[in-house]
Amino acid sequence: MKVSVVKNILQANDRIADLNKQLFDEKQILTINVMSSPGAGKTSLIERTIVELKNDYRIGVIEGDIQSTQDAEKIAATEVPVVQINTGGACHLDGNMIRETLGQFNLDEIDLLIVENVGNLVCPAEFRMGEDFKIMLLSVPEGDDKPLKYPLMFHEASVLLINKMDLLPYVSCSPERIRQESLKINPALTIFEISATGDHGLYDWYDWLRQKISIKKMS
Amino acid sequence: MHELSIINNIIEIILAELPKYNISRVRAISLRIGEMRQVIPEAMQLGFECLAKNSPLEGAELIIEKVPIAGYCQNCGKKFRLNDWSQKCPQCSCERMEIISGKELEIVEFEGS
Repeated sequence: MKVSVVKNILQANDRIADLNKQLFDEKQILTINVMSSPGAGKTSLIERTIVELKNDYRIGVIEGDIQSTQDAEKIAATEVPVVQINTGGACHLDGNMIRETLGQFNLDEIDLLIVENVGNLVCPAEFRMGEDFKIMLLSVPEGDDKPLKYPLMFHEASVLLINKMDLLPYVSCSPERIRQESLKINPALTIFEISATGDHGLYDWYDWLRQKISIKKMS
Repeated sequence: MHELSIINNIIEIILAELPKYNISRVRAISLRIGEMRQVIPEAMQLGFECLAKNSPLEGAELIIEKVPIAGYCQNCGKKFRLNDWSQKCPQCSCERMEIISGKELEIVEFEGS
């Protein structure tokens, strides 16, 4: 017997992601999902962003890693609430993992929720968690061929941060090529060139975030 | 290895469907997966064999139809298959395109008795 079903394979995850999104909208929390390969600078960017914005906004962080609590400890040093998720092998976060951590935050006292996904350029792009924006980091030492090799990630992201611009003299990478090829995959992509350990471009990123937080507060 | 999460989702969806059709053994499952998903068929089949053990889905074959990436030209409206990302619209040479397929991740049908 043949049964025709036609179902979205990720429907269970999408349903939970929709519930998370409803909750974030109701509480007017801007939620960003930060994705990149391991070592591209997600944690450094998040630390800098917290230090810059924490006097103006109430921030919460969810740290996703396969193992260890090192990243959560770094974030905890910035004195914002942080919850670590250890996926125990899974290469991405999903809607349900986020749902399960939400009880550990006081959602009435958060304006910006930053989720640091597991370092990986393929899988995190598949699984929605109810975020407003997917933010992607690509660091110049990784090379300028990444947009064409991992198009889904670039297609799903709203913002691309080209990180470690201070290392550009030492590596063979053309930020212009990254820019052109990612815009080809995703013409709506907003791109900033930054150095998360310096100051290069970070103020444009902070302004972008401030603007999105204000829009969320007015919604 | 997003394949494992995808397979777990497939198994859950089909197990929920089985009682409706009184099926106790699944022989084949047809899927449509877009090329942008970067799913590896061999990893899907191997992962499925492991995760479906001791269930009514054990031994079923996964039939995967790969859906090519297609673009829609925002200038002239032409729809075309995108073989590589440097491609322009074959009708008007415009570079402004929207991706209209290649992200599919669907179960189409399954067969069993």
